[in-house]
Amino acid sequence: MEMITRGGVITEPGNSMENKTGSWRVFKPVINYEKCIRCMICWQFCPEPAIFKVKDEEEKKKYEAPKDAIKRLPVPVIDYDYCKGCGICYNECPVKAIDFVMEER
Amino acid sequence: MKNQYEDEEFFAPGHGMCAGCAAPIIVKWVLKIAGPNTIVVNATGCLEVATTAYPRTSWKVPWLHVAFENAAAAASGVEAAVKAKGEKTNIIVFGGDGGTVDIGFQALSGMVERGHNVLYVLYDNEAYMNTGIQRSGATPWGAWTTTSKVGEANPIGKLRPKKPIAKIIAAHNASYVATANPAMFQDFKKKVEKAMSYDGPRFLHVLSSCTTGWRHDPSKTIEILRLASDTGLFPLYEIIDGDIENMRITYKPKEFKPVEEYLKMQGRFRHLFKHPEYIKKLQDDVNAWWEKYGKHYIK
Amino acid sequence: MTKIMLRGNESIAYAFKLARVQVIPAYPITPSTLVPEKISEFIANGEMKAEFVPVESEHSAISAAIGASAKGVRVGTATASQGLALMHEVLFIASGMRLPIVMGIGNRALSAPINIWCDHQDMMAQRDAGWLQFYGENNQEGLDLGIMAFKIAEDNRVMLPAMVGLDAFVLTHTVEPVEMPEQSEVDEFVGEFKPNYVTLDPDKPATLGSFGFPEHYMEFKFGQWVAMERAKKVIDEVFKEFEEKFGRKYRKVNPEFVEDADIVLVTMGSMSGTAREFVKRMRGKGKKVGLLKITTFRPFPKEELIEALKGVKVVAVMERNISFGFGGAVYAELGATFANLKEKPKIVDFIVGLGGRDITFNTYQAVLDLAEKALKEDVDEVNWIDVNKEAVYKAEGLQ
Repeated sequence: MEMITRGGVITEPGNSMENKTGSWRVFKPVINYEKCIRCMICWQFCPEPAIFKVKDEEEKKKYEAPKDAIKRLPVPVIDYDYCKGCGICYNECPVKAIDFVMEER
Repeated sequence: MKNQYEDEEFFAPGHGMCAGCAAPIIVKWVLKIAGPNTIVVNATGCLEVATTAYPRTSWKVPWLHVAFENAAAAASGVEAAVKAKGEKTNIIVFGGDGGTVDIGFQALSGMVERGHNVLYVLYDNEAYMNTGIQRSGATPWGAWTTTSKVGEANPIGKLRPKKPIAKIIAAHNASYVATANPAMFQDFKKKVEKAMSYDGPRFLHVLSSCTTGWRHDPSKTIEILRLASDTGLFPLYEIIDGDIENMRITYKPKEFKPVEEYLKMQGRFRHLFKHPEYIKKLQDDVNAWWEKYGKHYIK
Repeated sequence: MTKIMLRGNESIAYAFKLARVQVIPAYPITPSTLVPEKISEFIANGEMKAEFVPVESEHSAISAAIGASAKGVRVGTATASQGLALMHEVLFIASGMRLPIVMGIGNRALSAPINIWCDHQDMMAQRDAGWLQFYGENNQEGLDLGIMAFKIAEDNRVMLPAMVGLDAFVLTHTVEPVEMPEQSEVDEFVGEFKPNYVTLDPDKPATLGSFGFPEHYMEFKFGQWVAMERAKKVIDEVFKEFEEKFGRKYRKVNPEFVEDADIVLVTMGSMSGTAREFVKRMRGKGKKVGLLKITTFRPFPKEELIEALKGVKVVAVMERNISFGFGGAVYAELGATFANLKEKPKIVDFIVGLGGRDITFNTYQAVLDLAEKALKEDVDEVNWIDVNKEAVYKAEGLQ
């Protein structure tokens, strides 16, 4: 049994991050960092948000940015724990730097 | 202009909104622009249900839900309390179209008339999506919903046009009213920033697609929303201090795309294509609107 | 302490002022309109520092009250009848969110036909809404219960909203002398408002009004149940503290002349005053009649009622409400209170004074006559008094 609060208040802001909605995913967006121009449009439109803007060394650690990605900062990094695979980023990427592939589990 | 909190997230992932839903895009950007000194009041709806399933929340700012029809009234109370305490805090309401143009209309009208210092953001996906795609006062003419069904006797679907909610609220002398579209991102962002810069009651009517209700591929959310404004179907304008005569259209496509392009991407309009005259009616409506109001576009 | 002349509505407005209520969202409705009018006057005069929100409906009044309370200020409002009925949905939300809002009610009949006069149907129809319910006998009680309601509602063991009912016109519009406590005394008694609950605070962001799934919902409801049970003791404590400080005695139930009584009349609200005179007169005639006034209806004072009515042969419940298809609310709950006890009185229900029909000595006499009959034989369980039954039977085609 989980803790019950008076009146059903929730006092841990943003704790929905315990829900790993990445399990919903059927298709998976994969950023090709060679092609990526760092326009951040994918980050801008991600509805989860599951795409993070990695700006510095600290954030690199937080989101486990791929090695080839961090050569140029800031860079969008997909957090697959939460990405539901809607494909908006894939559809909106102006340079087609995002592949949309079948999720393999 | 770069906002102080643009790179921070006040809306956390792990929520239960459908993949491809536009509402969280609107919410996360409004919060990035408003910053952490903000209280959110949320009307009942998808956004409320899918982001606060006890004991987890996606909200990193204080958040209140009371019921469906009274978000504006609850926000009025929050604002009065903020005043009574001598504090300064942004108060932002998020409501869907049902909770805003239909059942919550009276409370919204009262809030604006009384002049509460609140920004009300309507995310309009043009039907009661949380209960399963029933028609609302914001559903456009010709849309199929589960309560504006299409059949032999009614080949059209919804038989009445959308309520012009932005103009109705502007007519209350709200300090700032604008229509916006997250796909037209710079315009959208500018309007949120502008709304935040005004005091008094402010209202943003933001178009938001619903993948299940509009019947479209989740990856097409932004593309479809962009077409809503590029066809001229969802015009983007702003009205300051209730001066409707001087409304300012903020975006005019260089070349209008035909309405078919918007309609054909959505299952809710599929039946219209059996009747070219219906598509023509919608195109004529759009043309008439722009003929009448196009002069309000100022670069 | 000074005595001033006040209408019942003003006693509620003064209670709010003395308790230093910070936000008052309200909507006008007969017969409670004078409450927001008086508050507006206090604020305009600079006598009271508060935000008055002149909302566009009662539904919005209670919704704004929730918003303000959630932000962490002391909140009061007032309504009646249709207004309270319009609030119905939101009343459950206020109690479910555990917000200590206090509301004055001018107890008035419900439509149809529309009627602006007194009965208790409006508040009784909200008895399952999870609010504490107090009924005042006179304007002094309106003021005192109004002040005490804040202290009870805000007690950390309770954290439930509270209603204080005053009878329409009979009290709301009638001028009576009321002892007015000093502001400093009330400050000392009620205390500065320091919310002991989670509020809307940007420094500590919290989610209020979350979505409860079946695996949690029932626990929240049980929490409200526990709070109502605990409120019983808190009410006693606050009543006692009030008595020590202000010298006026309050009890959840108020028995008079019951020690040797065969028959006890149970009353609520303003009818208790006339009932008291009637009982005194009957005592003068040697009749063993007592009186029991219920001040606290939620939580229902079961324990006190069992104790007070011990050895009584017939309990005559007089009530200004009716649940069609069963009987009055007080009758139903009193019946259930004694249901599992071996020794119990005969409980007879009397529906009186609906929609402002006068409750006179003749009414009490009719009730007493039937109650005396019930001492000897079975009588109807639910009895409508002072009603032209013949005319109704005719209208219903029964003749």
